[in-house]
Amino acid sequence: MDPKQRLEYWRKNRLLIAILLAIWFLVSYVFAIFLAEPLYAARIGSLPASFWWAQQGSMYAFVILIFTYAILMDRLDRKYDVHEEEEGA
Amino acid sequence: MSVETWTYLLVGFTFAGYLYIGYLNRVKDTRGFYVAGQGVPPIFNGMATAADWMSAASFISMAGLISFMGYDGTVYLMGWTGGYVLLALLLAPYLRKYGKYTVPDFVGDRYYSNVARVVAAVCAVFVSLTYVAGQMRGVGVVFSRFLGVPINGGVIIGMAVVSFFAVLGGMKGITWTQVAQYSILICAYLIPAVAIAWVLTGNPVPQLSFTFSDIAERLNQIQVDLGFTEYTQPFQTKPMLDIFCITFALMVGTAGLPHIIVRFYTVPSVRGARWSAGWALLFIALLYTTAPALAAFARYNLLDNLQGKTMAEAQSLQWVESWETTGLLKLEDKDGDGKLLLTRDAATNEIVIDRDIIVLSTPEVAGLAAWVVALTAAGGLAAALSTAAGLLLVISSSMAHDVYAKLINPGASEAKRLLVGRVMIFVAVLVAGYFGINPPGFVAQVVAFAFGLAAASFFPVVLLGIFDERTNKEGAICGMVVGLGFTAFYIIGNRFFGMEPWLLGISSEGIGTVGMVLNLVTTLVVSRLTPPPPKEIQEMVQSIRVPRGAGTASSH
Repeated sequence: MDPKQRLEYWRKNRLLIAILLAIWFLVSYVFAIFLAEPLYAARIGSLPASFWWAQQGSMYAFVILIFTYAILMDRLDRKYDVHEEEEGA
Repeated sequence: MSVETWTYLLVGFTFAGYLYIGYLNRVKDTRGFYVAGQGVPPIFNGMATAADWMSAASFISMAGLISFMGYDGTVYLMGWTGGYVLLALLLAPYLRKYGKYTVPDFVGDRYYSNVARVVAAVCAVFVSLTYVAGQMRGVGVVFSRFLGVPINGGVIIGMAVVSFFAVLGGMKGITWTQVAQYSILICAYLIPAVAIAWVLTGNPVPQLSFTFSDIAERLNQIQVDLGFTEYTQPFQTKPMLDIFCITFALMVGTAGLPHIIVRFYTVPSVRGARWSAGWALLFIALLYTTAPALAAFARYNLLDNLQGKTMAEAQSLQWVESWETTGLLKLEDKDGDGKLLLTRDAATNEIVIDRDIIVLSTPEVAGLAAWVVALTAAGGLAAALSTAAGLLLVISSSMAHDVYAKLINPGASEAKRLLVGRVMIFVAVLVAGYFGINPPGFVAQVVAFAFGLAAASFFPVVLLGIFDERTNKEGAICGMVVGLGFTAFYIIGNRFFGMEPWLLGISSEGIGTVGMVLNLVTTLVVSRLTPPPPKEIQEMVQSIRVPRGAGTASSH
């Protein structure tokens, strides 16, 4: 694999990580902690919105984020032909 | 059949199962012993990781803790799940590509330094030892509560079972017993939670009934009527900045805990490591999203059943009677008005609830059959044993692999290395058992230390080792010294010498966040002021960033 390709693969991987971690930060720290008081009046179901993010929503988001990364990286690996020969998953 | 008979039956049956699985998975080489031959399918590694992660404390105490902390309980809910995102995106795939046996292996090789290797090994042993003591104690406590066996006897039974499958099967035996243990513990947690959700709200899915029923509103109302603040109100126990720091330190600490990281060495590929992290968190979230629902339901139910009732009315409930005898529930009509009253002031409060009762009493409160109560005991034991086993392996591999095989006797034969590994794991069981029987007073104090240490040492060093090829030996060592030094100083000063939490009021639980930032900054700056790492190290960093070739990189 030539160095230019390798660099591009790594750059795209880092970009994807940055986007997903921004969402990770938003759903946990911003929604559930920094905006805990402003979002308290809003509702999700019958719970205050910030409380729902703190004790339910953030954890669902974490699970979705990891699977999203796994799926998108599977595609990126194939595109740059760096995927593994033996399928492990 | 009585609860006790059922408990003997279920505990006996599950223990026999663990022993049998351990016997089936006995290993003959160090690759099997340390990383289960790197042949664990990702979904099963996910289950094993979930069991590894969820300890006796997660299973028995967490829901209770949340029910007393309300909103602020989120530090544990988010703090002990969010780290898996960091692990999956930033660490696990690359460490799997590198493919050695332990975390100190990576640190020692990446920073071409045996000093770094030894520091990492000592940290790994320390972190794991503080953790495992609590697990062995947990086994003893479950035995004593459900079966009336003395705590020490319970600890010894637990030691015997763990040492059998860990010594014979190493990581492979541990992995497959953890898969079984996850199945037991999740059933034991979900069945009572579903039942109590059904009884209270008519919706059997705890997560949904918590979100959509009016139970939280009713609980808020009761709390306000009693002079408490609303259950769902944030920042009642700690200020916002501290909640942020604690959550962050727990997340980063999770991602830096050696017994979790090494689980991702056991899958066959880089791709497997990514998927496996997703499965692990899914299995963990099943319990972690149920816990806050259970916390609110159980709190509502306890208040609804006890508050304002007469002593005779309360004691006519069978579960009240049985939990009063254990001392976990204390009722006393202090002012003699004939009614029980929960108040904020300990002097007048007439209903004292131990937090462990939230999970332990749920099956009885929901009126479930005796076998479900027994299942809770088996689940608590599964949670404690599975976590203990994972930690024991880290202690063994740090001593036998990182210190003995890499430093003391690099020429040792395969058979000798395996023997040393088995001996070390047995020694670790004995040490853990000793601490389980004679719990040092500082165990509860140092759990914060374990996370702070992992956050301020392993996480930054491994992260920069992968993402910044310019990071060199000098930078990493200075970073670890500064991060660890600061975190240790703050925690020890605060916990043992009465030092005020002088830094913006951040508690010792949250200070790992600051330690991590200090470590990152120090490492980056020092690395740039000193010569770059050797060329072969830079090439190694390039190679771990690309998945292909993980199979070959691992066989050594």
